[in-house]
Amino acid sequence: MAEPIIRFVEVTKQYDVDPPVLKGVSFELERGKFYTLLGPSGCGKTTILRLIAGFTKPTSGDIYFHGRRINDVPPNRRRVNTVFQDYALFPHLDVFENVAFGLRIQRLKAAEIERKVAEALKFVNLSGYERRKISELSGGQRQRVAIARAIVMEPEVLLLDEPLSALDLKLRKAMQYELRDLQRRLGITFVFVTHDQEEALTMSDEIFVLNEGRIEQRGTPKEIYDEPKTRFVAEFIGESNIVPGRMVADYRVAFAGTVFDCVDRGFRPHEPVDVVIRPEDLELVPPERGKLKVRIESVLFLGVHYEMIGVDEAGNRWLVHSTRRAQPGEAVGLDFDPEDIHVMRRPDGALPDRSTDDGADDPERPEREEPAWTAPPRKGAAT
Amino acid sequence: MGTALRWLLFVPYGAWLLIFVLLPLGLVVVTSLRDIDGAWTLANYERFLTPTYLAMAGTSVGYAFLITVITLAVAYPAAYLLTRTRQKAFWLIFLILPSWVNLLLKTYAFLGLLALHGPVNALFLAAGLPERPLLFTDFSFLLVSIYIFIPFMILPIFNAIEEIPPGLIEAARDLGAGRWDVFRRVIWPLSLDGVRAGVQAVFIPALSLFMITRLIAGNRVITLGTAIEEHFLVTQDWGMGATIAVMLVVMMAAVMAVVGRKGERT
Repeated sequence: MAEPIIRFVEVTKQYDVDPPVLKGVSFELERGKFYTLLGPSGCGKTTILRLIAGFTKPTSGDIYFHGRRINDVPPNRRRVNTVFQDYALFPHLDVFENVAFGLRIQRLKAAEIERKVAEALKFVNLSGYERRKISELSGGQRQRVAIARAIVMEPEVLLLDEPLSALDLKLRKAMQYELRDLQRRLGITFVFVTHDQEEALTMSDEIFVLNEGRIEQRGTPKEIYDEPKTRFVAEFIGESNIVPGRMVADYRVAFAGTVFDCVDRGFRPHEPVDVVIRPEDLELVPPERGKLKVRIESVLFLGVHYEMIGVDEAGNRWLVHSTRRAQPGEAVGLDFDPEDIHVMRRPDGALPDRSTDDGADDPERPEREEPAWTAPPRKGAAT
Repeated sequence: MGTALRWLLFVPYGAWLLIFVLLPLGLVVVTSLRDIDGAWTLANYERFLTPTYLAMAGTSVGYAFLITVITLAVAYPAAYLLTRTRQKAFWLIFLILPSWVNLLLKTYAFLGLLALHGPVNALFLAAGLPERPLLFTDFSFLLVSIYIFIPFMILPIFNAIEEIPPGLIEAARDLGAGRWDVFRRVIWPLSLDGVRAGVQAVFIPALSLFMITRLIAGNRVITLGTAIEEHFLVTQDWGMGATIAVMLVVMMAAVMAVVGRKGERT
């Protein structure tokens, strides 16, 4: 287990008298991993980035860099560099001088600056663009200059603030692979901010899903996708069917008028819950073989698969993704496995006095308010 | 909207341009080519190239240059600090307010302030310093001119600094720049357009000053502006007056060209 590069301890950030944008967030980042901070706008992801970069100070809590507290260290004294959302390239300087900016401040020798800039530009495939003006570059090229300008400083952590959001879809896809590849070649820590869940799932070693100033869930893309821990995560990542249900006992959940086997436990008897099933986990079968019976309402062809909406007898609507096609109006069965059922605790205070009796008896299913990131650190730190 | 309408919209200003700009300019050029008796001649231009007038031109340019440089030195930090304050609008009005007061009024106010037995000399006396003549000196001329021109320098610089995206300053900080490097490598180069606009707004009128020169500097400072006034109103040598005016226009155009061209390089 590597020693963390960056550690946040109960960091809160509040501007003026507004509600805090970060509410006591704690986590640690390891060397050489690709982290993504994912969440809707206003969730606090960019604030975390700005706190690491040093553009803003925490209202309370501490930030450590290699074990040293850096709350009051200004941005120009941190071994961290940023790729800004709008790139923030210097319009009065050409490509070479933009990349050389930080090196000139370090007063390196001209020959060394020359060498390092050439190397950085080669790294991002922009050799030969040294004397271009920024205004002559395309969006993707600007993006690469911004990356070169940051990595030429040899930071230990590279921060990327929604760097792909200004690019068109095709270029964005290409840059996702390039960034991931770049991170592997450099072997440094990347902290990538995005509101695009697909981007997060494609690129990350680990995703932090943020909502309203808290970390909802932290995990590998597969963990986040397959085992969302809260309704928010389930809704935010991918498409989901979310229906009301009730926990009958451990491993037994009731919804749509039936009791099903599941893999979740640790709920109070008859606790009301949300049940989440991914559309692609639902399989179309003949009605008599289905665990659920639905009537198909609409069918949409999406290229890779059909998207169908069915309604069960209890009135729940089910989104189904399947390469098989049903006809509108047809009665079909839906089949799924116990592990496809994800049971979520209700966030809205449906339980009286929930803080005292759950969570404590089941450390694997921490409550929403009990931060998920206090779970023991994951293994597989080194690549 | 056709081209016809566009031409129609241009008519009022076109007429204005013709009657009040191009025509008078032509008349000035024509006048400069005539002697006192109205005969065609180049003698006026020959006279302009004599040491007397060249020295006067040198003095004018020198003063205008000095006024511009000192105004810039005062206005730039002020404009910069202005962009960093919280109540920008308030302080901006505070600095711009003097330019709303009539120029003649302000000049007369300085006559009173700087008079031999005026309040400034009274302060000197109180401080144990000897009284000294302040009016009709180079110093008072520069002081009043700079005072008048400062708002015209602050505004364009303020606007230029204000337009620099804050992200660029953060980017510079991120790349290791301290305050001085941020200023030298980002803010200053990106505010140069404002500096250019301010320099033009000050240097050109400063070159043809005559009222402040007359009232504050008396006969101590003779510039091309005062010489034009002299020729038209006192000696009635319109040809020579017009020649100086033409040469001033040429000098201003030269300054515009030099200051403007720098802009294209960045």
